[in-house]
Parts: sequence; structure tokens; C-alpha cells
Amino acid sequence: MSQARTNPFNSAAMHGALILYTLIALFPVFIILINSFKSRKFIFREPLALPNAESFSLIGYQTVMKQGDFFLYFQNSMIVTVASLFFILLFGAMAAFALSEYRFRGNMILGLYLALGIMVPIRIGTVAILEMMVSTGLVNTLWALILVYTAQGLPLAVFILTEFMRQVSDDLKNAARVDGLSEYTIFFRLVLPLVRPALATVAVFNMIPIWNDLWFPLILAPAEETKTLTLGSQVFIGQFVTDWNAVLSALSMAILPVLLLYVIFSRQLIRGLTSGAVK
Amino acid sequence: MTVLSLKNVYKSFGAVEVLKDINIEVEEGEFVVFVGPSGCGKSTLLRIIAGLEDATSGEVNIGGIVVNTTPPSKRGIAMVFQSYALYPHLNVRGNMSLALKQEGHSKAKIASRITEASRMLNLEDYLDRYPSELSGGQRQRVAIGRAIVRQPKLFLFDEPLSNLDAALRMNTRLEIANLHQQLGTSIVYVTHDQTEAMTLADKIVVLRAGRVEQIGSPMELYNNPVNQFVAGFLGSPSMNFLPAETVTPGDTRTLGIRPEDLVLSAEGPIQATVQHVEHLGGDTNVIAMTGDKQITARFFGQHDLPAGQEVALGFAQEKARYFDANGMRQA
Ligand SMILES: Nc1ncnc2c1ncn2[C@@H]1O[C@H](COP(=O)(O)OP(=O)(O)OP(=O)(O)O)[C@@H](O)[C@H]1O
Ligand SMILES: [Mg+2]
Repeated sequence: MSQARTNPFNSAAMHGALILYTLIALFPVFIILINSFKSRKFIFREPLALPNAESFSLIGYQTVMKQGDFFLYFQNSMIVTVASLFFILLFGAMAAFALSEYRFRGNMILGLYLALGIMVPIRIGTVAILEMMVSTGLVNTLWALILVYTAQGLPLAVFILTEFMRQVSDDLKNAARVDGLSEYTIFFRLVLPLVRPALATVAVFNMIPIWNDLWFPLILAPAEETKTLTLGSQVFIGQFVTDWNAVLSALSMAILPVLLLYVIFSRQLIRGLTSGAVK
Repeated sequence: MTVLSLKNVYKSFGAVEVLKDINIEVEEGEFVVFVGPSGCGKSTLLRIIAGLEDATSGEVNIGGIVVNTTPPSKRGIAMVFQSYALYPHLNVRGNMSLALKQEGHSKAKIASRITEASRMLNLEDYLDRYPSELSGGQRQRVAIGRAIVRQPKLFLFDEPLSNLDAALRMNTRLEIANLHQQLGTSIVYVTHDQTEAMTLADKIVVLRAGRVEQIGSPMELYNNPVNQFVAGFLGSPSMNFLPAETVTPGDTRTLGIRPEDLVLSAEGPIQATVQHVEHLGGDTNVIAMTGDKQITARFFGQHDLPAGQEVALGFAQEKARYFDANGMRQA
């Protein structure tokens, strides 16, 4: 086993496979990026060529900047994604802690009920959600989106985090109780840091669908001042003509924040914090 | 003064009764060990004393105060866990000071208590390290230090040595015995290792299936077990049990005789065939078969007995213990 791992040939093959996979995964992103810097003619003539002096053009970015309030869309998407992730992680972790830590009547049933949401797509309830948002006056606010995305992300978050929290040593929590820490301190200071990898996993799983979603922004918040990036980019895709320069530029810019968030979370994914806590 | 007294404590998880009618007293300065086979409820009982679990009924009294509804941190106890349970995000100093900070002690007092405890446990050089940077033995000492700094009325230990290797276990056992002498605080100590129980305890409580079988000093339990379970549980190798009719025809009781009380004697009433011999240097353990029963004899010094040899074993009558069909002691 250990011999196989240190064998230089196997190691090279492993790295080769991983590099190949990375190239395949990054290829579309690369194509989008290079073409966003080319003029329309060259996008179609030579889609795989790098931009050169002749084909280089910032026309796409200029269109995007002029058209609509792109930075506002950006900001809206960012607010909605970050706030939703925050609430999913906070409430998901709290529910998971209660389910994994406390014995109470109906614990099992409640856990199953929460897990049921994983199997039922939230879009089935769109009409009811819209009616609810209309009657509470939340239509065309970012809160409408944040609430819906939080609800959408919670079932899986509770499910994953419950499993992880069961694995946090009981002795550790009990030691804290004997030392006089409150249940809140135990939750925030002891348990949450120990399940950080699980939190990061849940965050990454939820981030992309929320950032990319078109459905709910279109239905619940289509107003100019609450448009998200995905919805805002739709203006460039027409029924008859599509402004490819603008679409590619918008997409290129939309990748950046997700990439940034991903880098933040993946750091946590890698950092194994439990070592040494318990035997 | 009585530091801890448990009166008629019962505990059930749902329909399963895990502890039944537990009555135990721990006097000031006493070292009390709970022993029993795995799953007999030792940890549960300790957790009830600590307040981490509620007793279904009965009274828990610590230092003269009924503490059934008092939270763990207000009971005047400190606990050491099997898995050490150190806070991973705090260094050794932080681990030891946390409880004192919670209790609102002054900085100077906290510092002096940590200095004292780390001196006792030889932890001075490690105060700024994190738990992940310590060895198993060091972590266990930190866990003990975290308990000591609180200066509790009662220490609770739940199998503190079972994660350590044999050599370290023996050292730490001695260290705990020393600490007990220096501090003079009462200790309740849970283990399933009867050597730990015999060597550390002033008083042993033997538990089986949620019941107290017997309470007494190590030698009292060793010499005068009330039943066959206690007799067989304490001592290593454990007591031999034979039908008494092997020795006295017509006797329906069970004869119990400890391995070290058996002697080679030509006229001895027990005839056996040697199966296997363990040479320990100072002692020799002879495992032999008499009829279909296995019997172990422990002889002082070195003896050469080939497997298959017939031996006659005898014993002094006052060393024999007799048990009835229910396992209760007869004589
Ligand atoms: N939370 C719980 N729910 C249900 N049953 C439990 C619970 N905790 C313990 N038990 C049961 O109570 C019994 C006693 O458990 P306990 O942990 O006290 O045993 P123990 O004597 O400490 O054993 P060991 O030597 O293996 O640590 C066991 O049969 C166990 O299955
Ligand atoms: Mg136990």
C-alpha cells in the first residue's frame, strides 16, 4: 500500500490523471475568458485562438457596463448568495446540533421530516410561494430570494451536519459542561469549529445553484433594483440576435465572485481541525 | 465527613433499567473505585454523579447538599475523561484556565493555580502547546491538570488510563496514587481493570448489570467475596471454580480456590493433567484439566512440568470458598 503510493511511476500517473481532469474541467472557463476579449467576428472565425492585436476588443465589457446597472446586479447576487449561505449554515447547524445532541420526544420524526425536503424540489411550490410573498409584501425584495434559498438549502444542510455532529466527541462536550460553559458556547466555540469541513461542504454545494438560479429571481424579484446577475445577463440573449460579446463578458465577470467564495471555503475544507482534540 | 452519598439511585433509558437501587457513600479523602464488566453501568453512574445525566429516581448528595438539579459546573466536582477531551482550539494553559475563568477567579489566582498544577504534573514546558502537539501521556496529564486547578470536593475519573500503553499506564497509575496522597481529595474512579482497582482503591465497589454486588476494601473483597461473581472478578489469574464433589463426594456446592492457594501434594484431592505452563520467571502458572474443568495453579518460583503430566493438587481447607447453586457464598 505505502509502497504503491511512493512508487514514482504511480505518482506520475496519478498526477497525470488529475492534471488531465483539471484541464478538461477548466477548458470551458478558459474558452469563455479568451473569447470575451475578442471582437464578434473573431469569436466565430477562430473560437479557440487567443486574442491577438487584431482580434482584441473590449466591446463586450463596454456593452455590459453601459447596459443596465451591472454593478447593482452584481451586488444583489452577492448579497443574496452570502446571506442565504449564512442562514443555511447557521440554522442548519443549530437544528443539527439539537437533533444530534438532545434526547427529546419526536427527535427521530423531526429529523425525518426535515430530511424529506431533500426529495421534494422547492420549485413545485412556486405558485404558493409567490402568493405568500405577494401577501407579505416581499415581492421584488432581496429578502424574498434569501428566504426561499434558505428554505431550499436547509434540508440537506441539516442532514449532512447532523451526521457530522454525531461524531463530535461526547466527552468533549461533557468536559465543557463540567467546566461551566453554556450550551451556546459549546455550540459556537467547540462544535462549530470541529465541523468546519462539513460546513464548507454544505456551503459549496449550495453556493453555485443559488448564484446561477434564474427561476426565482425572474418570478419573485424581476424589478430593476433587485435583479440578480443571472437575470440581468438575460437582456443580451435575444430571441433573434444574441450579443455574444456581452454574454461572454458578463459570464467572465460572474465567475470571479464564485471563485473567490470557493477559495475561502475550500481552505476550510482542507484544514482538518479535529486532530489532537480527542485521542 | 461524607463527600458523596447516593441513595436508592435508579436509572432507566426508556424501558431498559441500567442502574438499580444504588447506595454508595464516599468519605472525605477516600479513593473509591467502581469496577465491573463492560456495560454494567459504571460510566452511567459516574455521569449521574457529575450531573451529565439525570437519575430516574433517588438522591445524589455531594458535600451535604442534594444536587439532583444542580448543573455539573456547580457541583464542586471535576472530571477526567477516557478520551482526554481537551479543547482543540486552546493551548495547555487555556485548557486549564477555562473553568476558572468561567467561575470568575482573578487573573493572579488562576496563574498561581496553573503554576502549581503544572509543577505537580511536570507540564511547565508544555503550557503554550496545543493538544495536537502533545503525546498521549502528556494529553492525559493536561486533562488531569485541568481537573486539579479547580480544587474540587470530588474528582471523577472515567477509565483515564485505557488509552495509554502498558508502560505508561503503570507510570500514570503511580502518578494518580501520588496525586491523591498530596491533594487528599476524594476520588471516584471507574475502570474495568481489576489491577487498577486493587492497587489504587481504599474502597472498591463491584457492579454487575446495574447492581452493586459488594463494597469493601480490596483485601476484604479478595478474601471474603459475598458471591461467586465477585470472587471470580477480582484476582488474576481468577479463582478456580469446581464442583465440590470432586473433592468431597455428595457435596452439591461449588468450590472456589485461588490459583496461588493450590499446592503440589502427593495425596491432594484434585487429580489433573497439565495442559500448558506459563513461565513468568518469578512465578509459574500451570493450566491443567481436571475432568472437563480447567484449573489454574500458580506456584512461586520456577517449575518444569511437561504438558501431559499427571499432577495431584491440594489446598488448605481454610482457603477454600463454597458457593451455592445461586452463586451465593456458603462458607
Ligand atoms: N444514552 C443511552 N441510551 C440507551 N442506553 C444507554 C445509553 N447510555 C448507556 N446505555 C446503556 O447503559 C448500559 C450501561 O452503560 P455504561 O456506559 O454505563 O457502561 P460501562 O459500565 O461504562 O461500560 P464500559 O466498561 O464498556 O465503559 C449499557 O448497557 C448501555 O447500552
Ligand atoms: Mg464506560
